[in-house]
Parts: sequence; C-alpha cells; structure tokens
Amino acid sequence: MAEFSWSEWLPYIFAALMGVSILVYVILDGFDLGIGILSPLADDAQKDRMVSAIGPFWDANETWLVLAVGLLLVAFPVAHGVILTTLYFPVAVLMIGLILRGVAFEFRAKVSLAAKPSWNWMFFIGSLLSALSQGYMLGIYVLGLDTSWPAVGFALLVAACLAAAYAAIGAAWLIHKTEGALQKKAVAWLRSALGLVALGMAAISLATPLASSRILDRWLGFPESLLLAPLPILTVLLFAWLWRLSSRLPLQEDRLNWAPFAALAGIYALGFAGLAWSFYPYVVPGRITIVEAASATESLAIILVGTLFVLPVITGYSIWAYRIFGGKAVDLRYD
Amino acid sequence: MDVLLLSRIQFAANISFHILFPTITIALGWLLLWFRLRFNRTGDQAYMDAYFFWVKVFALSFAMGVVSGITMSFQFGTNWPGFMESVGNIAGPLLAYEVLTAFFLEAVFLGIMLFGFRRVSGRVHTLATFLVAFGTTMSAFWILVLNSWMHTPQGFEMRDGVAHATDWLAILFNPSMPYRLVHVLLASGLTVAFLVAGLSALRWLVGDRGRANRLTLRTGLTLGAILIPLQILAGDMHGLNTLEHQPQKVAAMEGNWETGPRVPLVLFAIPDEEARENRFEIAIPGGASLILKHSLDGVVPGLNDFVAEDGTILHPPVAPVFFAFRIMVGVGFAMLLLSWLGSWMIWRRGEISRPMAYALVPMALSGWVATLAGWYTTEIGRQPWLVSGVLKTADAVTTVPAASVGITLAAYLLVYAGLIAAYLSVIVALALKAARTPHEAPPGVNDPGIDPSPVMAMGQGGNARG
Ligand code: HDD
Ligand code: HEM
Ligand code: HEM
Repeated sequence: MAEFSWSEWLPYIFAALMGVSILVYVILDGFDLGIGILSPLADDAQKDRMVSAIGPFWDANETWLVLAVGLLLVAFPVAHGVILTTLYFPVAVLMIGLILRGVAFEFRAKVSLAAKPSWNWMFFIGSLLSALSQGYMLGIYVLGLDTSWPAVGFALLVAACLAAAYAAIGAAWLIHKTEGALQKKAVAWLRSALGLVALGMAAISLATPLASSRILDRWLGFPESLLLAPLPILTVLLFAWLWRLSSRLPLQEDRLNWAPFAALAGIYALGFAGLAWSFYPYVVPGRITIVEAASATESLAIILVGTLFVLPVITGYSIWAYRIFGGKAVDLRYD
Repeated sequence: MDVLLLSRIQFAANISFHILFPTITIALGWLLLWFRLRFNRTGDQAYMDAYFFWVKVFALSFAMGVVSGITMSFQFGTNWPGFMESVGNIAGPLLAYEVLTAFFLEAVFLGIMLFGFRRVSGRVHTLATFLVAFGTTMSAFWILVLNSWMHTPQGFEMRDGVAHATDWLAILFNPSMPYRLVHVLLASGLTVAFLVAGLSALRWLVGDRGRANRLTLRTGLTLGAILIPLQILAGDMHGLNTLEHQPQKVAAMEGNWETGPRVPLVLFAIPDEEARENRFEIAIPGGASLILKHSLDGVVPGLNDFVAEDGTILHPPVAPVFFAFRIMVGVGFAMLLLSWLGSWMIWRRGEISRPMAYALVPMALSGWVATLAGWYTTEIGRQPWLVSGVLKTADAVTTVPAASVGITLAAYLLVYAGLIAAYLSVIVALALKAARTPHEAPPGVNDPGIDPSPVMAMGQGGNARG
C-alpha cells in the first residue's frame, strides 16, 4: 500500500466536504423552498404561519449553498468553470429564483396589505423556479453534462420531481412545526408529493446506469452489488414506513410529528450516497476526476485547517438557533 | 456586442447592485448595537423606538445583500472561469474564509437578532446583534483583502500560468488593503449616517417631532460630521498609496496626460482620448503636484507614459475614471458641508432649519452615489488588468455565447430595477408610517424577560414579519 500523502487525500476530503454541504443544503433549504412551493395552497393566515415556520432559518440554510459552491470554486476551480458555463442558463434562473424568494420574505411583511398578495406570488414563483432549476441541473449533471434533447427531457422530469421532493420535505417540516387545520393539510400535501418523489428517484436510478456503462458496472459488479444492496433496500423500506405512518398522522398528542421529516431526510441522504457512489471518482461525470480538478495542495490545506475548526462551531450555533426557535411556530415579530 | 463587454457589464451591474446593501448593513449593524447598548444602559424608550425602526431597514437591506451576494459567487464560475483557473489558489482560500467566518455567523445570528427578542435574554440578544455586526465587518475584510490583492498583488509566484501562494501574510496585508479597508468601512459609516439623517429629516418634514426621531436625526448628523473629515484624510492617503503602486490609475483620475512638475489640479474637463488632451479644462495651477507630491515641483506621472512603442494603450479608459472620481469627491465635500452645518444648528438651536431638512432628504442616498463612484474609479482604473500585471480581464472571460450573456444580463437588469424601486418605496413608506406612530417599539419591551407566549399567540393581524 502506498504511503499516506496529503496531496492525494486532500482532494477527496474536499469532495466529501462539498458533498456534505450539498446534502445539508438540499435538506435544509429544501424545506424552505418546499414551503414556498406549497404556499399558494394555503389561505392567508396559514401563509403567515408557514413563513413563520422558516423565517428565522432560511438565510442560514441558504448559506450551505454558498459553502458548496465556494468549495467547488476553491477546491476544483477547473470543474467549477466547466460545470457552471455548461449550466449557464439554469444557474441564471436559479439566481433569479433565489433573489425573488429571499426578498419576498421581507417585502411581504413590510408592504401595504394591498401589495402583499403580489409578494406572496413572488415568494411562490421564486421558490418554484429555484427548485426546478436545481432539479434540471441535477438531471443534466447525472447524465454527464449532456445537453442533447433526450437529456433535456429527462432533466425536465427530474426538475419536476425535485420540486415535489422539496414540497414533500416542506410539508414534513410543517407537520413538525404547526398544528390544527394547517397540520392536517400538510399531511395531505406530503402524501400527494411522495408519489412524484418515488418516481424521480426511480428515474435517476434507472437512467444513470443506462446512460453510462461505467456506472452500470459499479452497481452490478461483484461484490459491490452485495455491499450496495442496503442503499436501495433501506430507501424502499423508509418510503413504505413513511407512507403508512402518514396515513395515520397526526397521532394522539402529536407524537412522531418529527418522523416524516427525519424519514425524508434519511431517504434523501441515501439517494445522495447512491449518486456519490455512481460518480466517484469524477467531479464532472466521465470527464474530469476529483484529482485532476483539484487546486494546489498548499491552498487546500490552508482551507482545511480553517474548516475543521470552524465547521463544528457553525454546527453548534446553528443547532442552538434551531432550539431557540423550537416548538410550534407562532407569528413572527421583531420583538 | 462581444461576450467580454457583455460579461463586464453584467458583472459590474451585479456587483454594483450588491454593494448598495452591504454598504448599509455593515455600519447599520453597529449602529443598532449602539442603540441597543444605550437602551440597556439608560432604559430610554427612544433608543428602543430607534432600534425597532432601523432593524426593519436592516432586515430588508440584509435580505437584498444576501440574495445578490449569492449571484456574485456564481458569477465567478459562469462569467469569469479564467479568474479562478489562474488565481484560484489565492482567491479560493480568501473566499472560503469569508464563508466560514462571516456568512454563517451573520446568517444564523440574524434570525435571533430579528425574532429572538422575547425568546432569549436581553444579554443574548445584545450578543446576537454584536455578532451580526461583527460578521458583516469580517465579510468586508475578507472580500476587500481579495479585491486589494487584485490591485496590488504580492506573496505569490507563477508556475505554468497559475498563481501559487508563497507568503500568506504578504497576501493578506498587501499594500492597498489597509487603505481600502479603512476607506470602505468609513464609506459604509457615512452611507448609514446620511441615510439615517435623511429619513429622519423626511419624518421631521411631515411633522414627526418625537424624541426617537430627534435622536436619530442628531445621531445621523453627528456621525456624518465625525466621519467625513476622517474619510477625506483616508481618501487622500489612499490616493498617495495608489500613486506608488498604480500610477496610471492616478493619472487617469487627475486627467493628466504629460509627466512633469507643476501639474495643475483639474477641477473640470472633458478628457479626449483620441486627441490625448483635455477639453474645456478648468484647473488650479500646480495643484496636483502639491496634493500628490506636497511640492509645486513634484513630478507627477502622466498618461502618455503608459502607451507602448507600438501604440498599445496600457492605461485605463480615462473619462469614466476621471468623472467617477470627481463625483465621489464632490459628494464627499457636500457631506462635509451639510453635516457640519446641520450639527451646528442642532448644537446651537436644538433644531434644524426647514431648508436644511429639504437638503438632507436627497442626501439620504448620497452614500450610495459616492460609494458606487468610488468603486468605479478603483475598478475601471485597474483595467485592462483583472489582477494587476498578472491576468488581463480579456483572458478570464467565459466561452458562453454572447447572446446568452445578453439574455441573462437583460433579465438581471429587469429584476434589479424592480427591486431597487420596491426597496426605496418600502423604506419611504416605513418612515412615513413610523412618523405617524408614537412608538415603534411594542409595549413592554422595557422588560425583555416577560413571558412571550400570550403576546406571540395573539399574532399581528396578518403581518407575520414585523
Ligand atoms: C465591502 C463589503 C463587501 C463587498 C465588496 C462584497 N460583499 Fe458580499 N456581502 C457583504 C459585504 C461585501 C456583507 C455585508 O457581508 C453582506 C451584505 C449583506 C449580507 O447579508 O452580508 C454580503 C453578502 C454576500 C453573500 C451572501 C452571504 C450570506 O448568505 O449570508 C455572498 C455569497 C457574497 N456577499 C459574495 C460576494 C462576492 C462574491 C463579492 C465580490 C465579488 C462580494 N460579496 C462583494
Ligand atoms: C463592491 C463594490 C464593487 C464595485 C461597485 C465594483 C465595480 C466594478 C466595475 C464597474 C467593474 C468594471 C470595470 C471595467 O470592466 O471597466 C469591475 C470589474 C471587476 N471587479 Fe469589481 N467592483 C467591486 C468590488 C469587487 C470585488 C470585491 C471583487 C473581487 C473580489 C471584484 C472583482 C472584479 C472583477 C473580477 C472584475 C472584472 C470584470 C469586469 O471587468 O467587469 N470587484 N468591478
Ligand atoms: C472627499 C474626499 C475623498 C477622497 C480624496 C477619496 C479618495 C479615493 C481614492 C483615491 C480612491 C481610489 C483608490 C484606488 O483604488 O486607488 C477611492 C476609492 C473609493 N472611495 Fe473615496 N475618496 C473620498 C471620499 C469618499 C466618500 C465620501 C465615499 C463614500 C461615502 C468614498 C467611497 C469610496 C469607495 C467605496 C472607493 C472604492 C474602494 C477603494 O478603493 O477604497 N470616498 N477614494
């Protein structure tokens, strides 16, 4: 076995860090965006309550995206250039979506009552555009940055499914954070969205191996297939359990109100792990490997030192902030 | 139009939009902390009223800053892939540290600062306010280190066209960083001082003579009066430092074509780059030599020194730098005049005059104008380089088709124009509304320890966020 060497390991450590921040982003901002997508289905008072359920958190949640892009930018500058120029338009749509979503939070609370409905729409449109563009980028990416028409069609399907996935986890967050009529509505939303989520995950699981024989071999080779079997099996089990549970929600005394959120987070983490396994060791699927794209060792080392110190602190105070705003959401006020 | 020009316009439009909001949030965070601390100390309700009004402006500005900042970080990849490919080893760690030490801090504690008033103790709330202010300032520090390094790079070596860091301390404390940091932080302070004074003057004009409004009017004017001389001094030193490191930029700012002694200080002119001379010049003889070299015989570099043998122009476009610089300095002197006069009136009579109030209202946006003009001076003055002497702007541009950049540029401009209009109208509406409400702070805030539940459950009549 070769000697342990930093220059070989650093790129993988950074790929892992980037993966973790993308996953954290998908779960955390996923529920914010999902609530935005669901918002037109609620009445006005419920809309306020839904916004209250994410108001103190959305900004910090979005920061995980900045970290993920930042890590891609700093650790894999070449890949960053290739990926973002190929995805030029969807990135622009994502930007505009995030802008509208982010400012709508503030504006809808400060404008006159007459102007509020328009900002509610901006909130919805911004959330939806962000989710769709992220799904579209995921679709194009898993097919190896292919932009042919069939790939675009597939990416559009993934876009719809990712929006549903966000709506599902948004509904799950509402089940945790609200009560009464809104909570019941959220259960119904969750159940409607789950079908599309399952479809999307199945579509990606089938399409990636079909599009790339390399990925097919990774999953069907021996003994990998045995080691990997738990991923899909656990996913299916969690889905089934969540489906059954959701038919009985809300339970007496609001027991297990956190369970749908946890189950979905688990499902998304498993799906993400599967994707990561498929693409390893590439950052740009089939084209540029993690090692080829990495920046200079000294620069990565200096970031790593900071990251190892700061990330636990960030995690700590983020959890603390969630606890401060724990419990059922109430109307938000500045005092 | 080619992709280079379009990408430049798009980047400039995005960052110009972005900087409008950080320049407010950086200093406003500290001002809010001050209101909060004064309230802790004195228990005076007026401070809390001021806090609760300005925290709304802060929240709105912060949201605008965050969303446009995210666009900025994607722009490096979408429009300037060559930037990261060639200097990524230096820019990368600086940006990463900004995210790690600043962005998360601001974002997490913002939630507590805005909505935690009744959920945490007064002390923790004060701490959260401090951490948000500290976070925005840290973020300014890191990004300005990077930006200054692009102007005065050092502490690296080039290997195969890629910059590698050799000395991080030299990179961090590059020659223009201290000047730029001080100048930009003061700019932020001035922007907020005049925004606060201007909106308070507006409230005063519609008849609000409440204690909270008097307090903020006085605070804004005093802050402006203190900071502006410091800013003029810092700006002068900044310029002298630039003369040393980027003489071509100073030559463009001064509109000076020929190197020599007794160079005049051009007050107004229309620089003509074709003819390489100034038209309609009004100048003070020897002034530039005096300011830049502190002697009439001081030799000041001219633009003609920066033309290569074959006629290639190595200096930045003259007219935009020349005019942007004059706008900044002009606004600076207007700030000096008004803040001193206004402070004097308050000191003498406890009240500003009506014409003064009318003058202060438009000055609410003077900080924006000067800040943008300053950045345009700096950034256009660096052209044709992206990183001085290392990387040309033209070599970093994207390969995306020009039409694509054109489309996204149009979309961004549309969104930004709409948002600026919405932002300004909401801020004015908030001020007018506050002028009619006796107290901005809700009843009972003197006692942060009271049980939150009944109040919070009552809700706020459909107004979920303040
Ligand atoms: C002098 C100050 C300054 C300058 C020159 C810039 N920024 Fe900025 N930025 C800030 C000062 C700031 C801030 C004060 O920290 C902000 C504004 C409001 C806020 O929330 O943080 C911010 C927000 C902000 C965010 C959102 C952070 C979050 O999620 O909380 C990003 C991603 C960026 N910026 C990125 C950039 C990039 C890539 C820039 C240059 C190319 C840039 N900023 C220039
Ligand atoms: C925040 C205030 C800033 C403003 C208003 C601003 C404005 C501008 C403008 C107007 C240009 C165009 C110059 C030209 O092409 O003629 C420019 C160029 C550029 N600036 Fe800045 N800038 C700011 C800060 C920064 C910072 C902090 C960075 C990076 C760390 C940066 C990086 C660049 C780059 C990469 C270019 C080249 C692209 C171009 O020419 O448009 N700028 N900037
Ligand atoms: C009136 C006296 C002032 C002088 C002599 C002055 C001088 C300068 C100089 C020389 C530069 C260019 C630095 C370089 O890149 O080489 C600059 C940039 C700048 N100025 Fe000023 N300035 C003055 C007032 C102001 C005011 C009132 C503001 C804002 C409120 C302001 C905001 C800026 C900003 C944001 C920049 C760009 C960032 C930087 O390079 O520092 N300035 N100023």
